[in-house]
Amino acid sequence: MDRSVIRGLESIVGASTVLDRPEDLLLYEYDGSVEKARPGAVVFPRSTEQVSRIVRLAAQHDIPVIGRGAGTGLSGGALARTGGILMVFSRMNGILEIDVENQRAVVQPGVVNYEMSRAVEHAGLYFAPDPSSQKSCTIGGNVLENAGGPHTLAYGVTSNHVTALELVLPDGEIFRVGSRHGDTLGYDLTGLLVGSEGTLALVTEITVKLLRKSESVKTLLAIFDRVDDASETVAEVTARAITPAACEMLDGWTLRAVEDFIHAGFPMDSAAVLLIELEGLAESVASQAEGVEEVCRMHHAREVRVARDDRERDLLWKGRKNAFGAMGRLAPSNYTLDGVIPRSKIPQALRRIKELGEKYQFQIGNIFHAGDGNLHPIVLFDPRDPAQYQKAVEVSAEIIRYCVEIGGALTGEHGVGMEKSELMPLLFSDADFELMRRVHDAFNPACALNPGKIFPLNKGCGEITPRAQAAVRANPL
Amino acid sequence: MSSSVANVAGRLESVIGAAHVGGEATQCEKYAIDGVIPAAVAMAASAEEVAEVVRFAAREKLALVPCGRCTKLGIGMPPARYDFALDVTGLKQIAYYDPADLTLSVDAGMGLGQLAEVLGEQKQFVPLTVPFFDECTVGGAVASGISSMLRHFYGTARDFLLGTEFVNGAGTLTKSGGRVVKNVTGYDLHKLLIGSLGTLAVITRLNFRTFPSPQGYGHLVAVFSDVDAIVQFRNMVAKSPLAPDSFEILGPEAARYLAEFKEDRSSPLPSWYAAGLWHVCVSFEGTEAVLRRYSTDLARFAQQSGAANFEFLDGPRSEALGGALRELLNLLVCSGPAVSIFKISSLPAFPADVVRLRELAERLSIPCVIFASASGPLYFAAQPPVLDGNAIGAMAQLASGVFEYATAHRGQASILFCPAELKRVVNVWGPERKDGELMRRVKKAFDPENVFAPGRFLAGI
Repeated sequence: MDRSVIRGLESIVGASTVLDRPEDLLLYEYDGSVEKARPGAVVFPRSTEQVSRIVRLAAQHDIPVIGRGAGTGLSGGALARTGGILMVFSRMNGILEIDVENQRAVVQPGVVNYEMSRAVEHAGLYFAPDPSSQKSCTIGGNVLENAGGPHTLAYGVTSNHVTALELVLPDGEIFRVGSRHGDTLGYDLTGLLVGSEGTLALVTEITVKLLRKSESVKTLLAIFDRVDDASETVAEVTARAITPAACEMLDGWTLRAVEDFIHAGFPMDSAAVLLIELEGLAESVASQAEGVEEVCRMHHAREVRVARDDRERDLLWKGRKNAFGAMGRLAPSNYTLDGVIPRSKIPQALRRIKELGEKYQFQIGNIFHAGDGNLHPIVLFDPRDPAQYQKAVEVSAEIIRYCVEIGGALTGEHGVGMEKSELMPLLFSDADFELMRRVHDAFNPACALNPGKIFPLNKGCGEITPRAQAAVRANPL
Repeated sequence: MSSSVANVAGRLESVIGAAHVGGEATQCEKYAIDGVIPAAVAMAASAEEVAEVVRFAAREKLALVPCGRCTKLGIGMPPARYDFALDVTGLKQIAYYDPADLTLSVDAGMGLGQLAEVLGEQKQFVPLTVPFFDECTVGGAVASGISSMLRHFYGTARDFLLGTEFVNGAGTLTKSGGRVVKNVTGYDLHKLLIGSLGTLAVITRLNFRTFPSPQGYGHLVAVFSDVDAIVQFRNMVAKSPLAPDSFEILGPEAARYLAEFKEDRSSPLPSWYAAGLWHVCVSFEGTEAVLRRYSTDLARFAQQSGAANFEFLDGPRSEALGGALRELLNLLVCSGPAVSIFKISSLPAFPADVVRLRELAERLSIPCVIFASASGPLYFAAQPPVLDGNAIGAMAQLASGVFEYATAHRGQASILFCPAELKRVVNVWGPERKDGELMRRVKKAFDPENVFAPGRFLAGI
């Protein structure tokens, strides 16, 4: 990147918080996805005012700015697809205010998700969105990607827990949208911004809702000898109108990989397990647990175990949340998909995924948020083998297409990012794109923020498209 | 009359046929907003017809207001231009309903009460428990942004609206979101439509998450002589493991409206009513064991916080009270010729200094009614007995006091319903805010020709 730009960045944030040496930039060319893109510089602002000055500087030089939290995203959302300045928010990590009485907190975007809950634990409160990466991912990243997690089944995704934002637009102007209360006069700009994947504005301050911890929690592990029985159990639990706090499924192949690594107590010889958590008043949890156990047994569960204490419960969750890490022991890389389908169609979707795995000769594991119909098939592959990589991408696209065919969507919680931008036409018409583009341009008219995301490359910002396409050609995966 | 607005009805007929257009004054009066009567009404029977009508309006530079059953057209400022109404009550089908998946896709013009009946057959519901329930459409309930009583537990429409189909200002049928309960594909444009008063697009179809009907439900009504005790009671409940469906706080005057809300005016006032005192109504749901737990804990909290009296209601009595609470805003809208209802959203929703609002009205000799939801807005209805210049002057002073009060509580206030005369001297949306600039840009993205209800929304939109 031009030295004058680097000097300009250093004059704003200080020399020690700007990176531009190739060996430093290497660390920022990837996130949790299979995508790669190297930024021209990395900068770590400490304040909203610095963010504003950086985007003004970038605008003067026609350089895009890409916001980034901890880089744990799974769709390439925080990668500099067309190069540019990667703005990492890890130094804006202050919890600015905790309002216990009104169950709100005001935080900077770099606050780690898990740290938010720890900071309010003493008051019996917590921040509900709990992605698997919650011990490292940031609330800013959660907001821009509208992150989910296992417990969103009962409590909703990030957008349900954000009431106000401070924004910096590409011209450096600072706005506040939403309100501490949540009701706001006028259009729900907070609702629009959450999940906008950093393509509209940079978020520099977030007001979140805090929930009160439940009085009673019961975690059940239902063990099945047939995958169909497990998936039909999920459909039946939903149909019976039981709403667990979480309802996760691991198929046999996945749970064996996890058990080898974590020793969570998953049975090695089963075809699938369901991890079902019930929360609420003790009286409510007791009756729901009875209902869940009845459905499990109706669908031939071999056994339904109940975690006896917090230690057993934590172990089961450790197995679930570290499952993707366990996959690293089996193959050089894995492609974690994120499709979403109507919950009543889980059994047929799992059968279809199995067929596709056989067709493309991949072992595809399934570990997912069954209660939401949010599938996470995992395709193991070796990225050093271009043919295998290509096949992995093809089978993944076919699975996502199938999700859409049966009434689902492209992504339940990982975002579109770079990964799925070319699949967007499966769901959206040219007219839909045209409106989305107009809304995009209302905030970010020159594509100065996070270019090359969400929109298919031929339907995004006109002037950035050739640049993004050139970048893709120069840096093929 | 300029040529562009001449013979609107006749020109609309050429677009969607004479059977779908009304041009008689008697037909158009129903669609009047603050005394402005449109020249025609287009009654679309399909989303495609809606699109055709909007394209016509954009082409001819006409302004239209999308309408359902017209129960909340009084919200907002009078439109600067209003050539014709676009009635979407002809769009009234359930397009898709998968009870096993708890998801639903319904046309915007379907009645909310009618939808509740269909869902009720499957023991499910959509928690849009809003005033004008039996009279309004699903689309109107969402586009008006009117607050649902059950939001305390179920949240607002933005928490369970999964997606929408709509016609934008260019007359193009577009969509946002989907029909699945978890979805981050593309921008959540449908969230912008909630509370947009039809200024961005005409909603044609809405996808909702549905919820299981409760196995059982009940109400507590607790009576308090002072506001501090209510705050104490509310905080005790908030810090407990209880998660009530609704938590409504009523000033003495609001409680009287509630007590008198019944079909048979001659029957005695309900046993829970205590004249001159504040009332708190808490609803809860669950199994018998859960209902017992609520009764035990809420009774203890009421006693400990110094309630003067309390009573639990179940079955039909609880249902009747819930219905009356839901319609309280509706009752107040109809309570006099000059009534003005302020909506204040701040935290806490019901602060102990709420009495300042009453003092403000008393100083101006305006009778008033207060009620609030613990996690929703606070409503403050001012009821001057007559509508004259003095009343409007006093109400304008009151409005500036209320806007100041909201700002002091880091909140926002607007006037939800008021006479057109007051709107001539007060902007019901309160003082201009900086984010109004962003809203104007969003409006332009959706409706570049300014076809939809120009001037009705805040920031001059």
